[in-house]
Amino acid sequence: MASIRAQFEVPSKTKTWSLALIFIGVLSLIVGFVTKGMSSDEHTKTVFWGTLMYNSIFFTLICNASMFFICATTLAMGGWQIAFRRIPEAISVMVKIFGPITLAILLYVVLVDHNHEIYHWLSEEAKVDPILKGKLGFLNPTFFAIWTTLTIVLWIFLGARMRKLSAECDEAPMDAETGTKFIWRNTVSASLFIVWFALTVASTIPWLWMMSIDAHWYSTMYSWYTFASSFVSGMALVALWVIFLKNKGYLEYANEEHLHDIGKFMFAFSVFWTYLWFSQYMLIWYGNIPEEVVYFKHRVQGAYKGIFFLNLIINFICPLLILMKRSAKRNYTIVTFMAVLIIFGHWIDFYQMVMGSLSKEEVTLGWFDFGIASLFIGMIIFFVSKELAKKPLVMKYHPFLKESIIHHT
Amino acid sequence: MAKKKFVVGCFKEEAVLFPAVKKVRTAGYKIHDVYTPYPVHGLDHALGLRETSLHTAGFIYGITGTTTALSCISWILTSDWPLNFGGKPHFALPAWIPIIFEFTVLLAAVGMVLTFCYLCQLAPFLKKHHFHLRATDDYMVMAIECTAKTNVADLKAFLENAGAFEVNEQEAETQWWLGTYDKDQQLIRDTTIEIA
Repeated sequence: MASIRAQFEVPSKTKTWSLALIFIGVLSLIVGFVTKGMSSDEHTKTVFWGTLMYNSIFFTLICNASMFFICATTLAMGGWQIAFRRIPEAISVMVKIFGPITLAILLYVVLVDHNHEIYHWLSEEAKVDPILKGKLGFLNPTFFAIWTTLTIVLWIFLGARMRKLSAECDEAPMDAETGTKFIWRNTVSASLFIVWFALTVASTIPWLWMMSIDAHWYSTMYSWYTFASSFVSGMALVALWVIFLKNKGYLEYANEEHLHDIGKFMFAFSVFWTYLWFSQYMLIWYGNIPEEVVYFKHRVQGAYKGIFFLNLIINFICPLLILMKRSAKRNYTIVTFMAVLIIFGHWIDFYQMVMGSLSKEEVTLGWFDFGIASLFIGMIIFFVSKELAKKPLVMKYHPFLKESIIHHT
Repeated sequence: MAKKKFVVGCFKEEAVLFPAVKKVRTAGYKIHDVYTPYPVHGLDHALGLRETSLHTAGFIYGITGTTTALSCISWILTSDWPLNFGGKPHFALPAWIPIIFEFTVLLAAVGMVLTFCYLCQLAPFLKKHHFHLRATDDYMVMAIECTAKTNVADLKAFLENAGAFEVNEQEAETQWWLGTYDKDQQLIRDTTIEIA
């Protein structure tokens, strides 16, 4: 067999492109800060911080979804992902960078700026509001700050634990006994992460960070909805990196069988996302109770109508029809196209989740949103490729490597 | 109905089975089927089986369910017998989606099960020929179909060389569905007539 190119070298073109994207991002951040962030108009300022919030939350969550993918497959004793597991690992490192950024933005909004345009529960009115009064045990600056900090620190810490374990696969061959122990230690670490993930992404964090913008409104499905959104775009991100590395001639062990399985995740979780989207929407539509409808009213019938239904078309109809066929999930071009579309679609979804509540009258989508997105995308490209170059791409001594190489769907 | 002659070889290891399949196919013998106690990954490729069209059938059943349910409900609730449910419009699409979805799943599931039974030639009360009962336990059983030109003794020796630890010869009826007997059956009958 031809020798395996295990060591990734960052192509200079990739570096240039990522730096260009970061440059555009920083430029729009500065211009945005001057024109919007320092504006005397309260609403313009809110739009500035809201844009930073949904972008940082979205990109943190999709990078964290990579670690969730690793832990979920580890707990399921999955072996097929080993051929490309270094990629979700490298993506999950981004939580170390995006996490603190998100933390800084959220803490600034809550603790320094006391922006009650964004979080209505920060205002004085909330203390006398009959509905909000009951929620203040959960929605208060102290709890917000502690829980947010704890969440991000533990994501970083528990993720680092998993990555540290994976480094052992480069050191020495494992016999049956060390291999079994290694898998067991992975299982323990992965369970810890999963439990924390369930307590944060799958429940409290989306309520706290995003749902509480509509402080009066609530939906128990909101967190799962956010999780589905972030996980499906996280898988799309993994798919893009796998295809990128295959194009550069790396990852010889990963082939269309692995791509097929990633494609299945993209397909299945697009449908899962729609299931939650619909469940949330239909119950509220059918009940038609004013306090519940308040979230959907301006989205379905107001300024956000276009974006709201575009969102459904991009995130449901397109994956359903395009990714359904087996041959489509095994086709590199189609999967690349769909991955880009899905990430864009869920970015739009996060946009309308946050900005749809902050700027109800007009859609603010414009150069600033795309500029900030390009900052985050540039950072993902720059740091993930740098991270990939640090470790061999093949987990040479992982007990399940062979299972992954002969993987067959 | 006409019975066919088969030479049956039993294997215990996947590692032996795969090269044996390759050898048998290269030698030009016609493998009727390989019966395994569990799904063996990659065996379908090794056997050169074509991709199943079961999923296409499933899609067609599903889309039939969707259109049937949608057209039925919308016709009933908008023109045949419009009712007012909680002030909702008569064409209340979101409320119908669960029913449309369930009907899609129902048709797709039942249709695919029946199609699967048809493709595998299974039916209630039908007794199928087992080439080896331990194919359900720990043997991998390869059945090779004999034609008029097959030299059975050669084939047996060939299988033993390829790693089969048990080889025997069987006459069996393997197809049952009306009109779907193999084309080869015609071939065998033709040659028998010629020989006779």
